[in-house]
Amino acid sequence: MAQIVQTNTAPIERTDIDTITVDIVENALRNARYEMDAVLFRTAMSPGIREQHDEFPLIADPDGKMVVGQFGSFIGGFLDNYKGTVEEGDVFLTSDPYSCDGAISHANDWLVLMPIYFEGRIVGWSAMFGHMTDVGGKVPGSLPTDAESIHEEGVVIPPVKLYKKGELNEEMLNLILNQVRMKQWNRSDLNAIVAACRTAGRRVTELCSRFGTSTYISVLDALLDRNFRAMSQLIATSISEEKLNFVDYLDDDGMGFGPYKISCTMWRENGKVILDFEGTDPQSKGPINFYLNENMLKMFFGIYMIMVFDPQILWNDGFYPLVEVRIPKGSLLKPIYPAALSCRTHALGRIFDILGGLLGQRQPEFLNAAGFSSSPHLMYSGTDKNGEWFQLYQIGFGGIPGRPFGDGPDGHSLWPSFTNVPNEFLEAYFPLLIERYETVADSGGAGLFRGGNGIDIAYRFLEPGDISIHDDRWFTYPWGVNGGLPGRRSTKYLIRTDGSKQVLPSKCDKIHVNKGDILHYVTWGGGGWGDPLARDPELVALEVKRGLVTKQGAQSNYGVVLTNDLNIDKVATEALRDKMRSTRGNINIFNFGATLEELRENCETETGMIAPKPPQFA
Amino acid sequence: MQYRLGVDVGGTFTDLLLIDQSTGTTVRDKVPSTPADPSIAVVNGLERICSKANISATEIAHLMHGTTVATNAILEGKGARVGLIVTEGFKQILQVARSFVPGGLAGWIIWPKPEPLAKLEDTIEAKERIDARGNVIRELDVVKLREDLEILKANNVEAVTISLINSFSNDTHEQKIAEIVSEVFPEIPISLSSKILPEIKEYERTLTTVANSYVRPTASRYLNRLDSELKSRTGELLFHILRSDGGLMGVDVASQAPVSMLMSGPAGGVSGAVWIASQAGYKNLLTLDMGGTSTDVALVQNGVASIGRETSVGDLTIRSSSVDVRTVGAGGGSIAHVPELTKALRVGPQSAGAVPGPASYGHGGTQPTVTDANVVLGYLPTSLLGGEMQLDREAAFKAVGTVADALGVDVYSAAAGIVNIVNENMFGALRLVSVQQGYDPRDYALIGFGGAGPLHANALGSLMSSWPVIIPPSPGVLCAYGDATTTLRAESSRTFIRQFSDTSAEEVVKQLQDLLLEAKTELTKEGVTEDEMEERFELDLRYHGQGFEVTTQVSIGELKTEGLKAAGDRFDREHERLFTFALDSQHEIVNLRAVVTAKDSIVSAPTINQGDGDPSQAISGESEIRYAGEIYIAKIYNRQLLESGDTIEGPAILVEMDSTTLIIPGHFGKIDNFGNVLIRPNTQREA
Repeated sequence: MAQIVQTNTAPIERTDIDTITVDIVENALRNARYEMDAVLFRTAMSPGIREQHDEFPLIADPDGKMVVGQFGSFIGGFLDNYKGTVEEGDVFLTSDPYSCDGAISHANDWLVLMPIYFEGRIVGWSAMFGHMTDVGGKVPGSLPTDAESIHEEGVVIPPVKLYKKGELNEEMLNLILNQVRMKQWNRSDLNAIVAACRTAGRRVTELCSRFGTSTYISVLDALLDRNFRAMSQLIATSISEEKLNFVDYLDDDGMGFGPYKISCTMWRENGKVILDFEGTDPQSKGPINFYLNENMLKMFFGIYMIMVFDPQILWNDGFYPLVEVRIPKGSLLKPIYPAALSCRTHALGRIFDILGGLLGQRQPEFLNAAGFSSSPHLMYSGTDKNGEWFQLYQIGFGGIPGRPFGDGPDGHSLWPSFTNVPNEFLEAYFPLLIERYETVADSGGAGLFRGGNGIDIAYRFLEPGDISIHDDRWFTYPWGVNGGLPGRRSTKYLIRTDGSKQVLPSKCDKIHVNKGDILHYVTWGGGGWGDPLARDPELVALEVKRGLVTKQGAQSNYGVVLTNDLNIDKVATEALRDKMRSTRGNINIFNFGATLEELRENCETETGMIAPKPPQFA
Repeated sequence: MQYRLGVDVGGTFTDLLLIDQSTGTTVRDKVPSTPADPSIAVVNGLERICSKANISATEIAHLMHGTTVATNAILEGKGARVGLIVTEGFKQILQVARSFVPGGLAGWIIWPKPEPLAKLEDTIEAKERIDARGNVIRELDVVKLREDLEILKANNVEAVTISLINSFSNDTHEQKIAEIVSEVFPEIPISLSSKILPEIKEYERTLTTVANSYVRPTASRYLNRLDSELKSRTGELLFHILRSDGGLMGVDVASQAPVSMLMSGPAGGVSGAVWIASQAGYKNLLTLDMGGTSTDVALVQNGVASIGRETSVGDLTIRSSSVDVRTVGAGGGSIAHVPELTKALRVGPQSAGAVPGPASYGHGGTQPTVTDANVVLGYLPTSLLGGEMQLDREAAFKAVGTVADALGVDVYSAAAGIVNIVNENMFGALRLVSVQQGYDPRDYALIGFGGAGPLHANALGSLMSSWPVIIPPSPGVLCAYGDATTTLRAESSRTFIRQFSDTSAEEVVKQLQDLLLEAKTELTKEGVTEDEMEERFELDLRYHGQGFEVTTQVSIGELKTEGLKAAGDRFDREHERLFTFALDSQHEIVNLRAVVTAKDSIVSAPTINQGDGDPSQAISGESEIRYAGEIYIAKIYNRQLLESGDTIEGPAILVEMDSTTLIIPGHFGKIDNFGNVLIRPNTQREA
């Protein structure tokens, strides 16, 4: 339990506030959070953070409850586990998921946390974590697919004081940075994260001096209460007492075993929502385990619930007492120390598909198709002809699912604020030539609202080096809903300079590439929403002209027959649609594309890869 | 040949300001805008103001024009059908954009799928390739290109953009394609990305160039028609368009690169504010231009507005230098609502617009707007001076009452809430340009203009502690002042990515001198003589590895004596001020720039009569107002009758034809020689 040192120990009194002040502070906090992002992007150096925005900020109240942010608060857990003091000017750093209850879930994420003092008392906390391109360990990028414990995954920083009462612990920082491959990136990214947290700190103290500490804190209470009230109303009206279950899979563990099952059951009980992961597979020997923080899951759940009703609301922890999360210990989502964790991104993504699938079963307004493959990564590193080390970590994107609101955008990010790395930037700073950057026609699941297409990026390597790949949804399909078809799965393959094709596993390390080899990095499409036979034939024809759907795809998926000059053959289209309607059988809510048995059986012919073996658990 | 004329086309009125260059005297006028063809109002206005000033149109030597014609084409989706030619493999560059989905976690659930500005069916690929260092990897396949151009022809595209990968480092393929396109489409306007934005990042460059093509036919049609209409009346005339960055450009340049006039309107406002405030003795300013649907704010340091590298229009972020104006969706017409679920009070971004407008306008609007809240609180007298419009007080109460009911408070509290929240939104924008850039707002005066700015400026001055709050005369037509008083400015820049260790001060000086020559040549063409020119130089610097630059001023002399180090030190200090830290990493140059401006215009603002300090001659009535929960009686003044030196005690309402100013309790306003109202808190009253 941390010992908090305050020169002013008088408790903060609560005072009466009007709702307008609440709205004003809410607005100011939202601005402060965006300002944290802006400071970070402008000063960070690694492409992962400065171009792709792989980072998450938050501001919390004095008790550590998140009042603005997206990943929920972990500060309570941190304070429970930390043994030392917390003083004004301290800035904490950690990358150890096991010592902060999974607030961060692999060692690549460096979390900075600082108390915000005003007039001698803690008035809040600011925190931010960002994904470091490299944290050392056995492979460049620090996500070894064959790791069997966290000790193989690079430097793991327990909660420590990076700044002690305002003073930088330079020697400790040097010790940490000596473990990593891209020191300068880590140093400046870390600096940028600290600067962002300090910015938030300044904004909070300004609010305290503008409104008075007791008003400010009372407003935070009201904001938390606003979320609580909104959520209790939503829960009462939209979550049933009857138990609903949804199961989805992680395709494989990178060691040849899979798929791994994630099962979640949801019901309402005494005004609370229970999310129970009983039935989820045990933890993996490899690094695909996801140490899931319960509060983080509550936040994801809440955001999905509220998004449709008042998107301007500021998410906060206020509704946490209304949600209970049960995760079996020793499972894939609550592995036991020192289980390997680095490749948790696949399970993290899959959680969102599961939440969507659960909430959507009773609420058509929430029901989106599947789209979360994961957050696919590519690493490419080596030593160029000038003897300089280069190392790329890049996040890819696929198709946004078909939604009740319309088509899913093609090749866009499901993660908040993430963007691609400009291809010209890749070519200017890495020995790469991008031969193609285009979405794959027909890869988005057909539907009344089409799933977004996945992307095919063709990288030509200009220097020999090694690549690592981390992706999923190559074996199971991004499912469609309400009659929509599944999206196409992901695939990765190399075209070697001799013209030979080599299909690569969706999770692999140390694949050697030579100058001139081309990697096709093909991501998944989003699932489709609603009946594709009800989609306007004109729109289908237009998308064929645009190259987003093929002529053949229009016919076989949408029942739209086009002439050679891509006009609609109305008679043939109606006939074909009638025929398809009468032969397709019942429409289920979910279309998973195939059973696990069928997937296994057809795996090698369809994907070029051998089907994973069912995982063995001791 | 001694007059210059500034013309600003707004949504409702076209404002004109005629200045006698030899005496500095001015004549103002306004005519209704003609949205279908805005040039009609310009010509009407020209004729009217000439007869009002009793001069012949041929006596006008110089006409400066701020126009939103390009912006409106984008906002209304009424631009050209653009054909886009890209490198093979990158056909969907605008479709994929940067993969960015706004709105936070789960934002994708409700984000509408955007349509690219150039349609995919109008996009063709050129077989060619250039690498990042400018080497040709694959020659252009001319035969294939000619075949594919037939697709664009069949689709009847109206403008063409050519944007190839890495063209910022070598433009030969873009040039070659342009030649072929102009053979196939003899008349079509062609925009090259290597000309419009010769910078790294293919999406931003392509989008900006496509935006240029998109507005080009509309803009050039308008400008050329206007040019000939004007010249048939004035004879020989210098005709300039206000650029987004506050400079001026000729019709030819503007027709080819209309993307650089997207912020022409707001830039005119800022220029006008700078000019009038400088006359009053204030050079450090925060500008607040509040209209019906949105508010533009900017920061002015020592008489120069901050320049940003991006322009946001609707959902598009375009890379084009412009006055760093931040826009918030908060204006007089912003609608207040209370979501059922959270019971929070939200104001905007939806706006009642001009039609139906606020409930109190009586044009059929029923939703509560900021204007209605101002009516309820008594800040807007129901009978506006000039009698042009009568406000429907009852309708305002009824509309605001819906918010009051939803919140469970009385109608006055609801109205105060709406005003406070809209003020808070503008406060956020003002902080973005000041505090968040490391500037202390207490060192700045705040100037409020636009139709609604003078009503809210005092409250914002109070939130920002920025004094005085300046309300210029005719705050609704400040843009025309800006247009008429802007000086000519030319800028030449070049991307030159080098770490300090890979270049030298000598090389940088040589490059800057080349750029200076280019910029001077441009101004010479506009009739500016060498001794009227002022020059300055900038380097965009960053630490090697960063993705954003900070613009740093340099001088040739300093570079020669102290080398690059002085620039590096200045950058370090600036970085520390902006972001709280500096690094010991290598400095890297990204862009070099030379800026040449013609020396200040001689125009001075007109002065008003000296009074005796007592403003009672201007009192025209009273209004019961509510402020911070209290009831006050505010005197209403006719602003035209106020005299220099008059002191007005708050609470007070100053009315004039195009705007209403509110002085809140605890503050006083002083009228200066130019008719500005300078508002300060009573605590700052001189003894």
